[in-house]
Amino acid sequence: MNLQELNQTEFPVPAELENNIAITSLSQLYNWGRRNSMWPMLFGLACCAIEMIATAASRFDFSRFGFEVMRATPRQADLMIVSGTVTKKMVVPIVRLYNQMPEPKYVLAMGACASGGGPFKEGYNVVSGMDKYLPVDVYVPGCPPTPQALLYGMIALQRKIDGQSIANGDDVPWYGVSSAEPTPVPVLGPDIIDPRQMDMIRRQAEAAASDMAGIGLRELPSITQVVTAQAAVEATADVAAPPVSTDALSFVLPTGGTPWAEAEDIREKRRQRALARKAMRATRRAASEEE
Amino acid sequence: MYGTGLAKGLMLTLRHFVESYVDDVRYGFRKYHHSTDNFGIRQGTKTKGVITVQYPDEKVAVPERFRFVPFLIVEDEDHPTRAGKDWCTSCGICAKVCPPQCIWIVRGNDPNTGRPVPEPEAFFIDIDICMNCGFCAEYCPFDAIKMDHDYELASYDRTTHHIHDKERLSKPNSYWRGIAPTRAYEEMLVRGTWEHKDAAKEARRGAASSRASAPRPAAERPAAPQAEVASEASASGETAAPAPAAEGATPWTEDDAKREERRRKALERKARRAAKRGQ
Amino acid sequence: MDNPAPAPERQLDTATVDEAIGFLRSEHADAVTLDDRDGYEGIIVEGGRLLDIARVIRDDLGFDYLSSATAVDYLGAGDHLEMVYHAYRTSGGGALVFKAQTDRENAEIPSLVSIWRGADFQEREAWDLMGIKFPGHPNLKRILMWEGFQGHPLRKDWREAYYEEEQKPFDSRWPGGHVHRAEEKNVFGKNVTYPPDIDLGRLMDTSESAVYQSLGLGVDVERIMDKDGFETNELVVNMGPHHPSTHGVFRMVLTVDGETVTSLEPVMGYLHRNHEKIGERNTYLHNIPFTDRLDYISSMGNNHGYVLAVEQLMSLGRKYNPPTYRCEALRVMMVELSRIVNHLWAIGFWLNDIGAFFTPVLYFVQERERILDFFEAVAGSRMMCNYMRFGGLFGDLPARIKSVSNLTNDRVRDYNTMQFLTEMINERIPRTIDDLERLLTQNEILLERSIGVGVLSREDAVNYSAAGPLLRGSGVAYDIRRAEPYSIYPELDFDVAVEEEGDMYARYRVRVAEMRESVRILKQILPRLEATAGESIWADGKPGAYAPRVPHGEAYGRVENGKGELGYYVVSAGGRGGSANPWRYHVRAPSFINLTPMGIMSRGHKVADIVGILGSIDIVLGETDR
Repeated sequence: MNLQELNQTEFPVPAELENNIAITSLSQLYNWGRRNSMWPMLFGLACCAIEMIATAASRFDFSRFGFEVMRATPRQADLMIVSGTVTKKMVVPIVRLYNQMPEPKYVLAMGACASGGGPFKEGYNVVSGMDKYLPVDVYVPGCPPTPQALLYGMIALQRKIDGQSIANGDDVPWYGVSSAEPTPVPVLGPDIIDPRQMDMIRRQAEAAASDMAGIGLRELPSITQVVTAQAAVEATADVAAPPVSTDALSFVLPTGGTPWAEAEDIREKRRQRALARKAMRATRRAASEEE
Repeated sequence: MYGTGLAKGLMLTLRHFVESYVDDVRYGFRKYHHSTDNFGIRQGTKTKGVITVQYPDEKVAVPERFRFVPFLIVEDEDHPTRAGKDWCTSCGICAKVCPPQCIWIVRGNDPNTGRPVPEPEAFFIDIDICMNCGFCAEYCPFDAIKMDHDYELASYDRTTHHIHDKERLSKPNSYWRGIAPTRAYEEMLVRGTWEHKDAAKEARRGAASSRASAPRPAAERPAAPQAEVASEASASGETAAPAPAAEGATPWTEDDAKREERRRKALERKARRAAKRGQ
Repeated sequence: MDNPAPAPERQLDTATVDEAIGFLRSEHADAVTLDDRDGYEGIIVEGGRLLDIARVIRDDLGFDYLSSATAVDYLGAGDHLEMVYHAYRTSGGGALVFKAQTDRENAEIPSLVSIWRGADFQEREAWDLMGIKFPGHPNLKRILMWEGFQGHPLRKDWREAYYEEEQKPFDSRWPGGHVHRAEEKNVFGKNVTYPPDIDLGRLMDTSESAVYQSLGLGVDVERIMDKDGFETNELVVNMGPHHPSTHGVFRMVLTVDGETVTSLEPVMGYLHRNHEKIGERNTYLHNIPFTDRLDYISSMGNNHGYVLAVEQLMSLGRKYNPPTYRCEALRVMMVELSRIVNHLWAIGFWLNDIGAFFTPVLYFVQERERILDFFEAVAGSRMMCNYMRFGGLFGDLPARIKSVSNLTNDRVRDYNTMQFLTEMINERIPRTIDDLERLLTQNEILLERSIGVGVLSREDAVNYSAAGPLLRGSGVAYDIRRAEPYSIYPELDFDVAVEEEGDMYARYRVRVAEMRESVRILKQILPRLEATAGESIWADGKPGAYAPRVPHGEAYGRVENGKGELGYYVVSAGGRGGSANPWRYHVRAPSFINLTPMGIMSRGHKVADIVGILGSIDIVLGETDR
């Protein structure tokens, strides 16, 4: 234990006691404990998992930073390293695993695939980024990131924790008034269905049924079109057109904003609550100061 | 005899256990601080025992051919004629050979004539899609796009950080020569000049029209770059200058300052203590 | 196995593939026609007679090993679906290619599972991705996607949610490449589309119940009396996809009676990342880095198989230069190094599975790092080498292997490349293998755990299309480097490692022996590299084009990869000038097909042995699910 690392207050420590005493704030002590005992889940998805194992092995050895041991059960893990391509079939167990992890929990998206779909993004069974379903704390780009790049990302996570305060409800939502809501587990229907988007899917289906708009729904051209060169040109012209017009979008989402904003609802709500609490505290403090 | 196989195997683990202390003894229990030579031996073919890299204090440097995320070469600021100019001519070959199609180029147009000019107006690489395959660098006919060696790119927010635009992508030519001197030299041999292909062409055309006996590009070839780099490295001391950090590359710049301050205070305290003890 | 030895005089008549085809055409003229499409090989069998002909091919002609079975959608070129089968003789030689066609609307082809059990998973894959029904298949369910998924994605008229264009390069990238993320164009912001008539009222996850149904488990659980007269129930135990010893996101559903496994069903697709669909959008060149991500432990071998397949196609055209000798030597060296990496990794993690938790793995991973350093210096990346090109390589060996960087303080490592290689091949790698043997081969615990466990008989190994160490561990000396040699293997001196017992220990012994043989090959490669120093790696001295046109035809390129036979079936539908994108791109993945006999190997063993058996097969999920 490095006392000097902990000792961060303005109170002077007598020189002869410096090796024995550290004066610190509760937040710092708390963060110090959290970030130095961050056990990742033994959980590999694809190519990046091999680099993750290489990082855990003797040459790079992330135990040096308190990532210590990988736990196979989510109940004992603090950190989920999403190491590889997340497929639609796999995201269901991943969300379930995430819900089983005890708070505080962190997610590190390792590699291009976990961050944003990676080279396989266009694939029909690929989730274009873990953050579509779970809140991700750190993104590590690379395909695959080298062990040192992953270590850098893990240190970045520790720095992030260092910057948090126990007094801020936004940083430590697990001490909030209500218990944390589990992330809804997606359903494998005709395609993967995020329960948080159910309303939007319903509106889309209704719109399609009433022939008002067919945005986002698969429209297959006729068979002959596909193989002729002419069709390729047409398809190109189609794609090169500017993004979906805002009119169409506003029909789907009267509230405006990006279409996937709904998916972030829960996070946003949590943040709003934290901000409200913060504001309340601030006014109370101001009132007491006036008195 | 039953158990001999086990015993043999255990002897091997014992050997590994003993070997893990060999370096400690050899370098007087200062193997991580002895010198950089020690690090090279530990990471080489002859090593036995502990091979751990003490990242981030020591880092395994990457070889020249290493590829991570691409970057664009722009001419150095001190270049006499083409300072700050892109090497890229927006020919679009990199966008065509890119397997996951993560490169987006807006070709430059002359605002007056409307005709294409050999310069990209905008250049984007989505590093959430990039697979670091290196095709763009390999097939670029102008040596304008290269694979970077900077792998420390972790960020807290991908929506703002992970589409690299032209400003974020551009790095000076000298940076490329610094991280890959041999390859830059080989490319120069193929091109026939250290300059950009177009610049050399212009220079030749200019020389021909004025009929001045301008020096041929081949004559500009300096000596092999290895020596150059080595001398540079030795001049700069133990650690070479870090790469020019792009904006937003380090998510914790502020923290670093804080840490530095803390370390300084600690050192001061230590000095005070030592002074006291001296009294 | 009812596999009577073919009569000797008939064997003489049909010794070569051409003669075998001639025999089939004369004896079964009503059902067999020659495939005379430009650049195609083999025969087309009439669908109704497929079972008969397949039996003749296996029993009378001796093509006892079904390597690959895959489907092609010829939309716009005959508008039919086609199953393509590659059958080989385990005694060596080329493939007998036979095909069966069916129309796209009611696609049905008789199942060959009764003849080659190895067709099981491959036919399920064809049903899943192409929508061909196989009457007679015992368990025709989706295998990579989930039960209930909409459509059959590999059909040419099926489009994914982020569909942009039929073929790369996309026109939106240049010259007017205004960047956007694919999410921005999809109204749900995710990689999804839904059928317009989606019924949200009755939405439920059907994928799970389908898995359990396939085990034959109904509502009535079978009651069993054990020997003391206690009534016991069979239990269903689910392992994975998140499990520390399934080598990735693999899943098994077991039924157990006490601790004993009575049946096992592999469930896969958790890493199905649409390699083949993306591969058909890609240009030929684009696919090379994608192959790296198949078997990500030995990406050099993946590159090799793919470039061989495409070179085979290119050689049909006029403008084609075969790779130079130095290029071939470098390829073989890289592949053999990655075979060593692969086996070190496989043995290490197999030991993890049977209980030697992490000590051996750490020793072997440490050695692997040295080889990866070499790959990084030569090809640019530790794992995703992307090193081979059509007719050449990314680059020759660098003169020195060194770290040059102004980013870090490591400027010290600097070796002559040949010296580095010599040290590695002559000293370091053999020493590692010696250590490995000392640690494990005579270890009594290992012997107890592995001898007699997970036995696969010789007949089953062939019939289930097992490949690689799994096949050779069962006494079949079938190594593609010898059976159908490619590259410069014919002139290299090495033995095919083979063990008779067919259990986990035999597979371990095969892997160790193969590493020794690889070292032997590498020792022969070194002088060849020195002799060819200075020679170009490209036949015409300059790198190949970035957008090669590939002539019309089909090719099946296969290599002996660490995990087994890795095959690439590539169809080019180009006209006179050739095509820039493959029409069909299929990977015959050893990890995928080697799982077919997993069920019979595990029956009767304890649950703790199951993970060991899986480890001894040595799968990697990137390749299993593709």
